[in-house]
Amino acid sequence: MRVTKYVITSPESEILPSDIAMHIYGSKRDVHVKETCFGVIINGEKDEIDDLVREIRAMDPNGIFIKDRGFPPGDPRRCRGHRGGGPRPGFFMLECESKMLPMISRALEAESRNAPLPEAAPEKTPVSMERLVEIIKDEFA
Amino acid sequence: MVKVIVYPPTSTILADLVDRMGHTPLVMANEIRKKIDTPSLESPPLNITPEDPKKGLKYAAVDVPSGVRGRMSLIGPMIDEAEAAIIVEDNNCLVGCTGCARTNELTRLLIKIKGIPFIELKYPRDDGEARRFVHEIRMFLEGLK
Repeated sequence: MRVTKYVITSPESEILPSDIAMHIYGSKRDVHVKETCFGVIINGEKDEIDDLVREIRAMDPNGIFIKDRGFPPGDPRRCRGHRGGGPRPGFFMLECESKMLPMISRALEAESRNAPLPEAAPEKTPVSMERLVEIIKDEFA
Repeated sequence: MVKVIVYPPTSTILADLVDRMGHTPLVMANEIRKKIDTPSLESPPLNITPEDPKKGLKYAAVDVPSGVRGRMSLIGPMIDEAEAAIIVEDNNCLVGCTGCARTNELTRLLIKIKGIPFIELKYPRDDGEARRFVHEIRMFLEGLK
């Protein structure tokens, strides 16, 4: 069974998408690779892709994130080259989560060192009515 | 190895954490892959067949909007298959397959009432929260057998 995976590099990772692509080309595996701005998309037989995923993770264990993709790279139903441009479906979730990836990378690194957990920040609560009245009185006094 | 459904089912962070900790993430992409890889001429380009709305009826009534039933025809079987779950509440990046608030409510409800172990978190906003987020997920996943 052929599977497709997204390989996404954290914005703070020292590994570039081109480094991953070059590593895959160098491995001489029978997989399709598409380099993107956020990482690479790889497509191939499941066993081969699983082995490759292990190799790619080893390049930066805490800075590379991998998830499945439904469509193969360049699929005319999704590829903007075939659809005359426009937004790429699925990118919004990636864009939203990519902002958090550096934090998650640092957390994974700390977790691998078994670093002590930081204190939980107190929950923010709404300003009480009395305090709000005080603020208004101070402001307009 | 345990099959863990992640919510949002399109999340990179959650799917990756589950995978890197040795479990199988149940994600939307795998359901989409089954759809588009199945040879069929019923309804190109995505092979939606008359069977799909019927699948959705198992999870949502007939008078529920078709968008909910259509989405549940993909998400429902994942919930059936799930042996554990990670739920992250977030309203900022839910679009496409996860762009329907009613479906998302139903998904979270069905996961919670299924009786499988689950953990509910919020997306981190700073390093401290991210550290706790990853730690709690790791503890949860390590506790699964």
